Amino acid sequence: VPREPKKHQRTLITGVIGADTHIVGNRILSMALEKAGYKVVALGALTPAEEFVKAAVETAADGVMVSSLYGQGELDCRGFRDLCVEAGLEVILLYVGGNLVVGKQPWPEVEKRFLEMGFDRAFPPGTRVDEVIEKLDADFAARETGRERAAE
Amino acid sequence: MNALLIDFGSTYTKLRAVALDPVRILACGQGPSTVASDVTEGLDAALADLESRMGALPDFEHRLACSSAAGGLRMVTVGLVRELTAEAARQAALGAGARLVGCFAQRLTAGDVADTESLAADLVLLAGGTDGGNSEVILHNARTLAAARLSCPVIVAGNRAAAGEAAAALEAGGKTATVTENVMPEFGELNIEPARGEIRRLFIERIVHAKGIDRAAGQFDQVLMPTPAAVLEAARLLAEGAGNEPGLGPLMVVDVGGATTDVHSAARGEPARAGVVFRGLPEPYMKRTVEGDLGMRHNARGILAEAGPDGVAAMTGLERSRVEAMVDGYASEAGRLPGDEAERALDFALGHAAVRIAARRHAGTIETVYTVNGPVTLQRGKDLSGVGTVIGTGGVLAHGDASAHILRAALAEEREPFSLRPRQPRLLLDKEYLLYAVGLLASVAPEAAVRLGKLHLQNVEEEEEHGRNFLAGG
Repeated sequence: VPREPKKHQRTLITGVIGADTHIVGNRILSMALEKAGYKVVALGALTPAEEFVKAAVETAADGVMVSSLYGQGELDCRGFRDLCVEAGLEVILLYVGGNLVVGKQPWPEVEKRFLEMGFDRAFPPGTRVDEVIEKLDADFAARETGRERAAE
Repeated sequence: MNALLIDFGSTYTKLRAVALDPVRILACGQGPSTVASDVTEGLDAALADLESRMGALPDFEHRLACSSAAGGLRMVTVGLVRELTAEAARQAALGAGARLVGCFAQRLTAGDVADTESLAADLVLLAGGTDGGNSEVILHNARTLAAARLSCPVIVAGNRAAAGEAAAALEAGGKTATVTENVMPEFGELNIEPARGEIRRLFIERIVHAKGIDRAAGQFDQVLMPTPAAVLEAARLLAEGAGNEPGLGPLMVVDVGGATTDVHSAARGEPARAGVVFRGLPEPYMKRTVEGDLGMRHNARGILAEAGPDGVAAMTGLERSRVEAMVDGYASEAGRLPGDEAERALDFALGHAAVRIAARRHAGTIETVYTVNGPVTLQRGKDLSGVGTVIGTGGVLAHGDASAHILRAALAEEREPFSLRPRQPRLLLDKEYLLYAVGLLASVAPEAAVRLGKLHLQNVEEEEEHGRNFLAGG
């Protein structure tokens, strides 16, 4: 049986969280995501956590891509999943990436901290956009399969 | 060519007879507001008043009306996120001249529905979701409204993917529903004109009749819009100009009434300085805000609460307890005019505070955020600092003492550098209450309407001397 074509274009929210003005990487990511077929709602720099969540509610987004490059990401991202749960977005896919912490800390520890905060994936500095898109496609495909199984 | 411009107000029926070539006011007439019984009585009385001033009534080629009688255009708005589609729906309704009696966000609760039923709305505007975005909430709200005891029409202006189903759900519940474009088709994109147009269409086709204003239909051509929409239209026209008549450029109108203080701006309001970052929902070029807690009579208590009774009392030179007692009395005296020195002083202080607070709420703000790259200036709302004209209208600004000083309260102040109010505009006063007439005339003779406004709005300098004398004397 041939698979049905994708039912709808998936929507992603992108933005740079907190008092962070580094917009370039986030813009490159947003453009690449659009090219890969996603509908992107780009909130830009200096975006408070609440604004990501409000935008995700209104647009019924499938995922949120949080960038942070100034080392304060841990503070800004604390409670992000809780905000989503409060807003009724329990299952939304959450990615975070950039220079997430200050100083030289081993990446596995940093990653673990952000996963414990409720992010589905965290990416270190220097991650290629292709890699992010691969992971996104795979995560969405896995969710689709999970839903189909649950429906059977 | 002459035009008769009618305002069916909540207290008075007002008439302005205008000659179009050359444009000028011929006479003004006034009668009581009789919408509650028979609208024709008030109109006949106003026409008789007009006739007594003119000798005989000329032929009028145009007879146009606006109305704020019978409670104005009472609207309830519903959206999803308070700062997003719920705000866009609010902006659409305010821009259409509505009086907002209820604004809801997210899923309507049983309590919200009970409120809506008791608010006796003339119209409900239902938004929610960007196009292709959330459809669940607007459908939930449509079904909830469908089951409610509501007889007014519902305009659906939400997620395009769900609008048809929402309207069908409403119709299945016996409601009248129409669909128009989403007030926010994309995240952060404001699209309120189609909803405004639909509100106006329903106002003309249904609500004028429902309120009984069309009983006097033989005496005029059409009720075109709610009065606040006519004032907003005048603001737009006077800013932009028409035909060969140039406009005044970006401007702001402050309208101080007995129950509310309205502020209108015709200005883009984008950041004026380089390097300022705009945050939040884009602002409509034509923006109207209504302060329901700031009114000279019915809501004088609200002014006192917001401005602080001590500050208001200090401005009047009266004891605080006396000011509070006077203000309490005003709440039930909608038509009261100031009788003695103390009441004139209190009107001055109340008007000053209402204008200042309403202008501050209407204008945008800037805030400095410190980032690792240095400070960044964030702007929310409209930057009106460069606006070239501020027009004052409404009782205390039209008839009060020292109205120029009251209007000045709308301007930027050194002690509030973060409020983006006009810095050095020219100040004009609508002494003859004709902004509504300019707005109505705009639909048939826009060029003449611009000239009418420019001719009769008074430059404040003429008022200054009188104001200084008043302040010095009392």
